[in-house]
Amino acid sequence: MDYIKAFCVGGFICVIGQILIDKTKLTSARILVLFVVSGCILGGLGWYQKLVEFAGAGASVPLLGFGNNLARGVMSEVDKAGFMGILTGGLKAAAGGITAAIVSAFVMACVFDPKEK
Amino acid sequence: MGKEMTKEQYSNMVKKASPDSPIIKNCIHAFIVGGIICCIGQFIMNWCSVFGMSTEESTTCTSVILVVTASLLTGLGLYSKLGKFAGAGSVVPITGFSNSVTAPAIEFKKEGFIMGLGAKIFIVAGPVILYGVLTSIVVGIIYYFVS
Repeated sequence: MDYIKAFCVGGFICVIGQILIDKTKLTSARILVLFVVSGCILGGLGWYQKLVEFAGAGASVPLLGFGNNLARGVMSEVDKAGFMGILTGGLKAAAGGITAAIVSAFVMACVFDPKEK
Repeated sequence: MGKEMTKEQYSNMVKKASPDSPIIKNCIHAFIVGGIICCIGQFIMNWCSVFGMSTEESTTCTSVILVVTASLLTGLGLYSKLGKFAGAGSVVPITGFSNSVTAPAIEFKKEGFIMGLGAKIFIVAGPVILYGVLTSIVVGIIYYFVS
């Protein structure tokens, strides 16, 4: 059952992205920024976490979930550390994903050459 | 001549009819591929909880595994092939973020390790992190004063 939820919600979020690409000619970089910022706002309002509880990976794997992590990280750090948590919370929550992305990108860039197009 | 005209008319008809149908087709592709990537994520998450990880830990672990896999697929040149079929289905999941970091890293390696790979690795990740962090600061400030 959780797979069906993940498939439907995750797929639906991607359809929103596809409609934005086709209708507004936004580049994929802008889509990524838009989704992370939207996820962060929805996370700050506490709405996105409800979707994560419902759909699991269907909500946490799309970049909206990445934005939601930033918001949740900052809020839990504010609870723990007070004012300084505003500065440390966001990136702390996203550290795993960002570090994995840049380290593996560096390794792949060392191993592979650009493919002929 | 009559035949030429019908060909032109036909291509006009195709032009008129096509703006809608590719969107629907693209959306179906995006839905299927995005859904499958999320299901793979769910599968990894379920296994993480089998190994006794908390929800937070398994979410991070899932992101890391998806990011590394997508990075490898980008290096092998397979992710761009998926992207041609899937459109937003391959952009919106976190695998798309990973692809947007790895692809320029490989592409600009020839311009050197510092100003090529080092600078261009953040060509898409930079804006994403910048505006993500800015938004999180705003959320943090509001949360600090509300709570």
